[in-house]
Amino acid sequence: MAGSPPAAPSSREPRTPAAPGALLSASDVARVVDRMAHQLIEKAGNRLADLVLVGIPTRGAPLARRLAARVEAFSGTAIDVGTVDITLYRDDLRLRGVRALEDTVLPGAGIDGRLVVLVDDVLFSGRSVRAALDALRDLGRPRAVQLAVLVDRGHRELPIRADYVGKNVPTARSQSVRVRLAEVDGVDEVRVTGPAEEEQP
Amino acid sequence: MNHLIKGARVLGGDPVDLLVKDGRIAAVGAKLSATGAEVLDAGGLVALPGLVDLHTHLREPGREDAETVETGSRAAALGGFTAVHAMANTDPVADTAGVVEQVWRLGQEAGLVDVVPVGAVTVGLAGERLAELGAMAESAATVRVFSDDGHCVADPALMRRALEYVKAFDGVVAQHAEEPRLTVGAQMHEGDRSAKLGLTGWPAAAEEAIIARDVLLAQHVGARLHICHVSTAGSVEILRWAKARGVDVTAEVTPHHLLLTDACAEGYDPVFKVNPPLRTDADVQALRAGLADGTIDAVATDHAPHAVEDKECEWAQARPGMLGLEQALAIVQDTMVETGLLDWAGVADRMSVRPATIGRLTGHGRPLIPGEPANLVLLDPAARAVVDPAALASRSRNSPYAGRELPGRVVATFLRGVPTVLDGKAQR
Amino acid sequence: MKKHLLEAADLDRSDATLVLDTAAQIEAALTGREVKKLPTLRGRTVVNLFYEDSTRTRISFELAAKRLSADVINFSAKGSSVSKGESLKDTALTLEAMGSDAIVIRHGASGAPHQLASWVRGSVVNAGDGTHEHPTQALLDAYTIRARLGRLEGVRVAVVGDVLHSRVARSNVRLLHTLGAEVTLVAPPTLFPVGVGSWPAEVSYDLDAVLPKADVVMMLRVQAERMTASFFPSAREYSRRYGLDARRMAVLGDDAIVMHPGPMNRGMEIAADVADSVRSTIVEQVANGVSVRMAVLYLLLGGAPS
Repeated sequence: MAGSPPAAPSSREPRTPAAPGALLSASDVARVVDRMAHQLIEKAGNRLADLVLVGIPTRGAPLARRLAARVEAFSGTAIDVGTVDITLYRDDLRLRGVRALEDTVLPGAGIDGRLVVLVDDVLFSGRSVRAALDALRDLGRPRAVQLAVLVDRGHRELPIRADYVGKNVPTARSQSVRVRLAEVDGVDEVRVTGPAEEEQP
Repeated sequence: MNHLIKGARVLGGDPVDLLVKDGRIAAVGAKLSATGAEVLDAGGLVALPGLVDLHTHLREPGREDAETVETGSRAAALGGFTAVHAMANTDPVADTAGVVEQVWRLGQEAGLVDVVPVGAVTVGLAGERLAELGAMAESAATVRVFSDDGHCVADPALMRRALEYVKAFDGVVAQHAEEPRLTVGAQMHEGDRSAKLGLTGWPAAAEEAIIARDVLLAQHVGARLHICHVSTAGSVEILRWAKARGVDVTAEVTPHHLLLTDACAEGYDPVFKVNPPLRTDADVQALRAGLADGTIDAVATDHAPHAVEDKECEWAQARPGMLGLEQALAIVQDTMVETGLLDWAGVADRMSVRPATIGRLTGHGRPLIPGEPANLVLLDPAARAVVDPAALASRSRNSPYAGRELPGRVVATFLRGVPTVLDGKAQR
Repeated sequence: MKKHLLEAADLDRSDATLVLDTAAQIEAALTGREVKKLPTLRGRTVVNLFYEDSTRTRISFELAAKRLSADVINFSAKGSSVSKGESLKDTALTLEAMGSDAIVIRHGASGAPHQLASWVRGSVVNAGDGTHEHPTQALLDAYTIRARLGRLEGVRVAVVGDVLHSRVARSNVRLLHTLGAEVTLVAPPTLFPVGVGSWPAEVSYDLDAVLPKADVVMMLRVQAERMTASFFPSAREYSRRYGLDARRMAVLGDDAIVMHPGPMNRGMEIAADVADSVRSTIVEQVANGVSVRMAVLYLLLGGAPS
């Protein structure tokens, strides 16, 4: 699998939506996570110990733990991991309905002055990330915040872009991207569902 | 105007014609004819003697925003009534000859039913000293029924005196049986539902204790006693026992106590708040059985109009009472006739003959035979309709039957030969 | 979740558990934070409509709404006679016209929240109605029990005191039963409602027989004026037969806890040394009340109308 450039601006997103079906297999997921771990090490340089990977539940949380484990394996440096539940920060509760809350757990050393990388499975509208940024603001004051996602499917509604992208996937808005992870779903897999109808340019 | 009623089933019997002439029934028979008489096709309709209500609240004087003698009379006529007893808890209280004569006169002016005032037993309904019962009896209103309804004559000595005193003019005390110390703050029937809803309970024993006391008193002094709005199975038992002992006691039951139960309180809609309260299904069954076997003599509406602000409020603050005049006959058909407990002759007995006798009304509750006053109602038992409170003639809207489909329709009512209702519409 | 929270029976087991879990998450999320505020209900308006004086309940709801960034309006109708003042319905329609999304109502008349719910489009939360229910109190009590004992299923709860007049007892019996706890009500026979036999709870007149088996003892406030209505002969006799003192507390199991919804009559239903003991959860109950009410407001107001 060819590596994708980090953070493709929307103007350069490929226009042809993916065909429905399996996008990443279990081994693809593992390879992508490994590559993202390498990118994190490379970009953090000598401040790797400053790094905190904060997953956005549900699937961002195990993804952050996997990334941290791989970074540690490749670099020998233990990486702090946390989760931040964004439910109470969403601006679309009225549309989505209420849901059960999930854990917010930060490392004992906190996030003040550190490099926080938010981790999520799919980057779509950007609203989850915005809610996560709001939540982080109430939890502390990081030196910088970056974003890592397994899949970027485009259709941003906010000026938000990812610093680390496992795979860019052009999609139709009507399609959905299903990320399944062993910790939550019993299996690693990414699928696109729904017809790949061309969007009006 | 004379009227020829064609093909009515008198007391549910075979169709006959009735000729109404000069306020009386002139003839009853097959294929009558009369020149100049207005012909009314009564095919399929049941004819009953005009209904008599022993228990109506007309609210005038004092609460004309809730009901007036005129609007209440119209509601009564539309319900098939030709006489109603107007309860004394007006403002001022009907505890003097002046007030009862005023109410009686307003009834005459309305001209839709005979409005028969009930006199208060005690001054101001306060339960402390007797009102001038004799003066009310001798007034133009010729009061024979006395009641502090809404309040119980709780003092046993005072009750004894009242029972004795009205014997002089063949009066009767109609007791609102409610031991007041057992019903302080009471909101609904005391039982499982009151426990769940957190509403103060009105125990059945508070009614039964007073009835038991008063039947013993009535027997002791040899007086006539009437019990208002009997609501519990235990009360029926006590009345059955008293009648077997020869006590001169009569009793009434309301249409709502024949149909509704305390389950109605579940939503806290004060339209279902009434005194005595709606009871359990077992009580409803016992009341129906008591009415069927004659232990309970009469159906009386306890028609209690209330202004919107007295009902659209917290349950505890709401005034008790519900409308009844316009649906009474339908409820009786629903609960007694269609269940096989009473036939139409029985309905006539419990809604006309016996209440007229209790109230000593000589012109009402008479058989539909030549020579008798032409007080009668024609109803279509096959009709069914959904109750719309906005369509009621009463000035108030607190009908517990809103949205309920009920059988029967009053087509015409005649008061001394004059139609007060024709084709289901009030004539004035 | 239903649209309103009028009584404990509005919550089935999964709803009730969702409220408790949500409250726990909110508590965890806010613990140790400098900014104890969440943006969840920004732009929503919550009205506290209080017809009875209850500073602690009102403050608890006010804090809960404010921590979720809702706009809060306190409307105290205390003392305004209903017959003379504006009717409940007129007040409700006025508040709704002003854009309230939820009304939290405390009222002396049982059923007032039910009626309110029939008149307004927004959500209604019962903060105590007459002698009927007080569902958020029951939720915070259940939350406190679960936090202390780690479970609710099979927990034996003794509710002691004026059951007849207690909205706390009614809500707790229903909710604790829903959540699998076993409730025993303890009071003199005069302080049970006729019909208590239909409740999902055991009934006892003997506190000493119940205490050794209880995991939780919940004492209800007993108002002295009940004495004048002959519900019991004297405060001293009540306290002797049904009060929780150190002697009675000593027979409780090691992990058993003592609860009280407040405000307490120290020396009447509960002795001061019991109220201040390590078994007592009285202060926790107050703190948990805010989290539970935040959870209720979030779950009722956060989502789309279903």
